[in-house]
Amino acid sequence: MAEKTLMKGNEALAEGAVRAGCRFFAGYPITPQNEVPEYMSWRMAQVGGAFVQAESEVSAINMIYGAAATGVRCMTSSSSPGMSLKQEGMSYCAGADLPIFVANVMRGGPGLGNIAGAQGDYWQATRGGGHGDYRTFVMAPNSVSEMANLPAKCYEVAYKYRLPSMILADGIIGQMMEPVEFTTPEVNIKDLTEPAWALGINAGRAKRIVKSYDLREGYLEKLVLERIKRYRQIEQNEVVYEEKMMEDAEIAIVAYGTSARVAVAGMKLAREKGLKVGLLRPVTLWPFPKARIVELSKRVKKFLVVEMSMGQMVEDVLLSLNGRAETHLLAKPGAAVTTADELYKTIESIVKKGAREYAAAK
Amino acid sequence: MQLLNKKPESLLDVPMHYCPGCGHGIIHRLVAEVMDELNIRSRTIGVAPVGCAVFADTYFNCDMIQGPHGRGPAEATGIKRAKPGAIVFSYQGDGDLASIGMAEIVHAAIRSENITVIFVNNAIYGMTGGQMAPTTLIGQKATTCVEGRTAKQAGYPIRMSEMLATIDGAAYLERTSVHTAPGVLKTKAAIKKAFQNQIDCKGFSMVEILSMCPTNWGTRLDNPSEATKFVAEGMLPVFPLGVYKGA
Amino acid sequence: MYQGIRISGFGGQGVISAGILLAYSGMVEGKEVSFFPSYGAEMRGGTANCSVVIASDEVTTPIVSEPDTVIVLNEPSLAKFEPLVKPGGLLIVNSSLVNSKASRTDIKVLYVPCNAIAAELGNAKIMNMVALGAFAAATGAVSVDAISKALPKVYKKLKPEVIEINIKALKRGAAIN
Repeated sequence: MAEKTLMKGNEALAEGAVRAGCRFFAGYPITPQNEVPEYMSWRMAQVGGAFVQAESEVSAINMIYGAAATGVRCMTSSSSPGMSLKQEGMSYCAGADLPIFVANVMRGGPGLGNIAGAQGDYWQATRGGGHGDYRTFVMAPNSVSEMANLPAKCYEVAYKYRLPSMILADGIIGQMMEPVEFTTPEVNIKDLTEPAWALGINAGRAKRIVKSYDLREGYLEKLVLERIKRYRQIEQNEVVYEEKMMEDAEIAIVAYGTSARVAVAGMKLAREKGLKVGLLRPVTLWPFPKARIVELSKRVKKFLVVEMSMGQMVEDVLLSLNGRAETHLLAKPGAAVTTADELYKTIESIVKKGAREYAAAK
Repeated sequence: MQLLNKKPESLLDVPMHYCPGCGHGIIHRLVAEVMDELNIRSRTIGVAPVGCAVFADTYFNCDMIQGPHGRGPAEATGIKRAKPGAIVFSYQGDGDLASIGMAEIVHAAIRSENITVIFVNNAIYGMTGGQMAPTTLIGQKATTCVEGRTAKQAGYPIRMSEMLATIDGAAYLERTSVHTAPGVLKTKAAIKKAFQNQIDCKGFSMVEILSMCPTNWGTRLDNPSEATKFVAEGMLPVFPLGVYKGA
Repeated sequence: MYQGIRISGFGGQGVISAGILLAYSGMVEGKEVSFFPSYGAEMRGGTANCSVVIASDEVTTPIVSEPDTVIVLNEPSLAKFEPLVKPGGLLIVNSSLVNSKASRTDIKVLYVPCNAIAAELGNAKIMNMVALGAFAAATGAVSVDAISKALPKVYKKLKPEVIEINIKALKRGAAIN
């Protein structure tokens, strides 16, 4: 067993990326993710990689676009307002089938918002964010250990299916310290084979082009359809979720990141009062654990979504359930965090007083 | 029989889409000849812009990438830092480099990024159909200033080479022109120096090339001298040729 | 066992470093821990506070909204954090800088002259260690020994003589009850 160390979420994320083979990082300062570029600035030098503090998030994501095209594992990170700036590059990376790794340590929005942790970028992350028909593989850690260990999965999926991957963490997970164990095996970059599409030394082979456009009639359609096929495979093969106390649950809480941690506390209070509550925590936000929710709905007739945003993830739950069960929502905007007690009271009202459903209350 | 001239190996034998009288074809050939002469084709990665030269990725016979409008220097930075052994050039027009990509080019120069930039200045947006560029001359007509650019409404044309020359990180900056035969030869020499600098790890090098756009300037296609006259009489006084840094 | 702690004071008083040290000490003792910082908008001189959890079970939320113990190192923190302490909980007040008295009667209050003791020991910076010593002794959530062991691991650049004086401060704090 690896020795436990106390680490900040953002630092664990950076170290996790390095261990997963990241050798190029470009970023721009923005709270609450500053520890990521700070850590990378010296760590990249240590492992023989390269670090650039870019002039903007726009430029940082385009440095990643260039670096990823050479087949080198790379990363950029930011927080909400900066992620909005990166969307142009995200769309190009998706359109050029480049396996990039991006982290968004979310803060309160919209606009400049505040610098506390929030979950308001769920739609931006899971719906695409930039222009065009594309998807991003999105993982949502709920602990410092997951910050450390999920980057490896992001790279694996990004390279296997050739699409952008993202860690969507709230600022609380980024800023908190916890004991952390690096359980995923460290990648030796010498073991990584150069992808067949990577730009580089072109002696003795045909030239390669990395691009996202095709102006010939009908060609772009084919290109996108081929990409959608890969998305369907990801939906089949790469869903990750965690469940707690779901075996006998009559109410299922659906929550990710910090909300899922609070959910556990609220659930414990409810269990003490004899209320049978369980937790489904999506670890991948796209692909969303839709099939699992459908399966659970055969038995569980009440779902409660807890999120630090005003009804974003609940739409995925509603789409998954498609009327198969009641859906309720406990939402907090502006980087406010639900307390365990509030959560317990919400559960109680759903069970005992028949609270109005989210869709009906809307 | 003696072979006096041939198509450079670094340029593919495919039809180009450029208009009659356009300078891009000449400049493509010069870049390709330099790649051949420096024997760097097999390790060169080119960055194509958004604009008329967007299809440069299909014309050059080396690895190429095409990305967002104006971000070429950022892409080139990522490529060069990730693959330091590669020779990286960014090929950009005036809208791409001097307008939407102003931050990227300035900061690539500030970091003294060891890349080569080919900047084609024809004082107009080509691909989108002749709109005013940041380099459009005062009084020059464009589809977004139909009576001619006025300083009062749209400010003044930007001189990129002069501006970048104030930056410590810029190693080599030269403005040339392809509207005359001697100008073409001088341009080739400048491009060669800009690539040689990269091989020698001297840092950021850019060649600004004044070029013709008869289609969008509205000069006669059957009389190319109208366009070259516009360069000589209109552009040269505003954009003087010469070495601005690193002679 | 669950102990939720809030530490609050001016930036520069060692609020954050005390919190990290406390979390590390809990980890040294094999407990589940978390640390969460909360800064004011100012980088220096503003107020800073942090949440620490030391528990036998998994830590759910790292933000402690109803602390078992609050440590206030300056005057403004008393007014802000005294109301949050759980009934029956503990409030540690740095009486060197906080002139007001706590008003609640349903909690235990410890007045610790942190700055005065630190000055006596000859190092003003270690006033936060005095407070941690008092906390360890009053709650038993972590031992003075665990904090002492954590010190050189968290602050690797500390010289042995500085560690020694920090441990003295912990012990002086622990003697107050």
